[in-house]
Amino acid sequence: MAGDLAAALPEADAPVRVRGAGTKLAWARGEPAAELSTEGLDEIVEHNVGDLTAVLEAGVPLARAQEKFAQEGQMLALDPPDRGATIGGVVATNDSGPLRSRYGGARDLVVGMRVALADGTVAKSGGKVIKNVAGYDLGKLFVGSFGTLGAILEVSVRLHPLPPDTASAVGRSEEPGALGRAALALSHAKLEQMGLDVRWEDGAGAILARFGGAAARPQAEAAQRLLREAGVETEIVEDDDALWQAQRDAQRSPAGLVVKVSALQTDLPELLGIARDRGATLAGRAGLGLHWLRLDDGDHAGLVEALRGRWTAAVLDRPAGLEVERDGTLDPGARLLADRVKERFDPEGRLI
Amino acid sequence: MDGREVTAGSGPAWGEGPPPETEEEAERQPRDLGPLVDELRAAVGAEHVFTHQHQLRTYESDGLLQYAVTPGAVVLPDSTAEVQAVVRACHRAGVPFVARGAGSGLSGGALPVEDGVLISLSRMRRILDVDLDNQRVVVEPGVTNIAVSQAVAPDHFYPPDPSSQIVCTIGGNVAENSGGAHCFKYGFTTNYVTGLELVLPDGELVRLGGKEVDPPGPDLLGAFVGSEGTLGVATRIWLRIVPKPETVRTLVAFFGSPVQAGEVVSEIVSSGIVPGAIEMMDNLSIRAAEGYTNAGYPTDAGAALVVELDGSEAECETRFEQVVSICEDAGADSIKVAQSEAEREVIWQARKAAFAAMGRIAPNYYVQDSVIPRTRLAEVLGRIDELAREYDLQVANVFHAGDGNLHPLVCYDGSNAGEAERAEECAGLIVKACVDAGGSITGEHGVGVDKKRYMPEMFSDADLGAFQRLRCAFDPKQRSNPGKVMPTPRLCGEVPGPYRRHPLEEAGVAERF
Repeated sequence: MAGDLAAALPEADAPVRVRGAGTKLAWARGEPAAELSTEGLDEIVEHNVGDLTAVLEAGVPLARAQEKFAQEGQMLALDPPDRGATIGGVVATNDSGPLRSRYGGARDLVVGMRVALADGTVAKSGGKVIKNVAGYDLGKLFVGSFGTLGAILEVSVRLHPLPPDTASAVGRSEEPGALGRAALALSHAKLEQMGLDVRWEDGAGAILARFGGAAARPQAEAAQRLLREAGVETEIVEDDDALWQAQRDAQRSPAGLVVKVSALQTDLPELLGIARDRGATLAGRAGLGLHWLRLDDGDHAGLVEALRGRWTAAVLDRPAGLEVERDGTLDPGARLLADRVKERFDPEGRLI
Repeated sequence: MDGREVTAGSGPAWGEGPPPETEEEAERQPRDLGPLVDELRAAVGAEHVFTHQHQLRTYESDGLLQYAVTPGAVVLPDSTAEVQAVVRACHRAGVPFVARGAGSGLSGGALPVEDGVLISLSRMRRILDVDLDNQRVVVEPGVTNIAVSQAVAPDHFYPPDPSSQIVCTIGGNVAENSGGAHCFKYGFTTNYVTGLELVLPDGELVRLGGKEVDPPGPDLLGAFVGSEGTLGVATRIWLRIVPKPETVRTLVAFFGSPVQAGEVVSEIVSSGIVPGAIEMMDNLSIRAAEGYTNAGYPTDAGAALVVELDGSEAECETRFEQVVSICEDAGADSIKVAQSEAEREVIWQARKAAFAAMGRIAPNYYVQDSVIPRTRLAEVLGRIDELAREYDLQVANVFHAGDGNLHPLVCYDGSNAGEAERAEECAGLIVKACVDAGGSITGEHGVGVDKKRYMPEMFSDADLGAFQRLRCAFDPKQRSNPGKVMPTPRLCGEVPGPYRRHPLEEAGVAERF
């Protein structure tokens, strides 16, 4: 099956788009003449329980893989919003969710990859073990590449133990400054959060810290004390799945705008101020400075402009009619290098 | 060409264009660096350019002493601008260069190119920014690994901790994607680099990332980390640091055999515990280390297992009790729990001394760095025993048990005729056994010159071709650390397809290749 896709790549009418479940087509740029789907590549090739690794074909829905891992008390620590998304699509778009804070993103969890290049060449890099420095780490190059360097056929990933129990500490405030202080206190604490998130919606915000493991509750209580000292209203939520599901959901807008901002931790009050003033929702990883601002209705272009004046901001979901660059302005040197890489991997520029 | 062409004094003299295709070409007369040396002196000051044989000899090897090549000149730049000037001069002259940090690498990754330029980054050791609020540190490449943790103490630390951390540099760590004892839980260098300033092999200056994470586009930063100096020179590095764990608990348990200890490792990991470090030594390495450190390891033990948990107090205590009972249930001969920081250090002393202590077993050894899926441990150790008997050599095993990174030490006496070759052959078959078990030829030391001959065990011709595409995108003339990583030289060739003029090119900012 993987061979079929590889063989089809050089034959298809250019420009060619490689797609998975199609849950993020709004993020794509340019109209393809042909679409190649990874749908047929839906085998969970290996789940090496004792080694905490797995090999997945690109078209495997992430949710299906997670179900299988959970049966053994394990997880792939990637939890982006849409449940129908394939692992290949998640990796190609570098999508992520709240677990990014503790476990890293696709770049940190993918340990090996098999790809088909534009000319049909099938090549792999990395391996199936979690520690490996042999050869170039081409897998990382394909993370966030949107299929423009080749089609991801198969990924090897490292897994983590599924925490037996979770508990969250939540601190609420309407003051961006207080929320910023609370977030810094937690990100600098000697606690092991599985998630440290921020939320802003309808004039009020919250800092959310999630703990998992043998002592989730005592750790959440320690976090609650720190939140209280930072001057925000606090509570402990033990049945916390819905809380974190809401964080994931806020990273999408079916008809509106979602901008992903790469900022610093200390920028949080300023970002919350922008969300407040422009009526946007914000969900983000407070300890990483990575935020998703969502605006269903309103001045979409104005929000993009305000964010890009200050940070690197990628436009993901996009309302009809809004014409903006997806990635914004990159460092000219980085752009040059990205172009040189593109020229080597897809010299005829067939893939979009 | 096989992997052994680079031995003392016989390095390839690569000049213009791609690596040599023929032996004849490789053996032509040394290049005259004269005019280039003048340029280098102008770039960094005459006192920072070495050309005398006795000075050059200092740089002929890195931490892997089996290989030695004398460079044509050694240059010590002090700033990004000076590195850029040096690389530009090399580019114009068509002379290959090799960047070097502390030279503590174990794969010959910083082995000079004969008559090439060696760029030592030892003067660039400034810590440029310590931003504790944002948990970032910005350093020059010559800063040592330990200096980063020291700069952010006492509340934070920099997790990757190769055993050479007192001397090894962050620039070298970036090139090799260094790990260490704590990477099973904390990850590797690549998980901590958020930004890089690079001088590309043509002298172009590029910035990738910064303090922020997840810049849009392909992860070029991730592709650079671990590229072993073949894609350019990192001149500034942005690092993520993390809070120091609230508590650390350490024990060493002794078992009848490595296989028995390996089952304990599996038991610990499958019960959902992620130890900060989990290290194993076999009887031979215990005996060597004990004779060296007197750490109190019983010399008749079949295996020693060091387990360290760190994290929040509440979590750590519960989990540590679990680890103790897993060891007991598995029939540990004895368990020693560190009751103080001093006792913890004693436990670690033996593990950290294992390599150095090998001198007590044999005058020389080959260290391998293969990785296996942890569940295949018993099978692979059996195969290593078999090979040791077959080759009549002693093989000690010291390894990072959590991630299956073995460091088999093949002991030999180089003064016995043919023994070094026998040891090398045995080491090669050990590597093959690990790859056959689904592993890797190197977990943290890098490919360098030493393991490039094993690359075809892991990667097909098509895989290597894909690697070469990345290499050519960064370094079409292949002048940055040539002769490393790839098993055989490959050409870059022109970029096929329609010529597309780049905007930067039009603006006169960039030159096309």
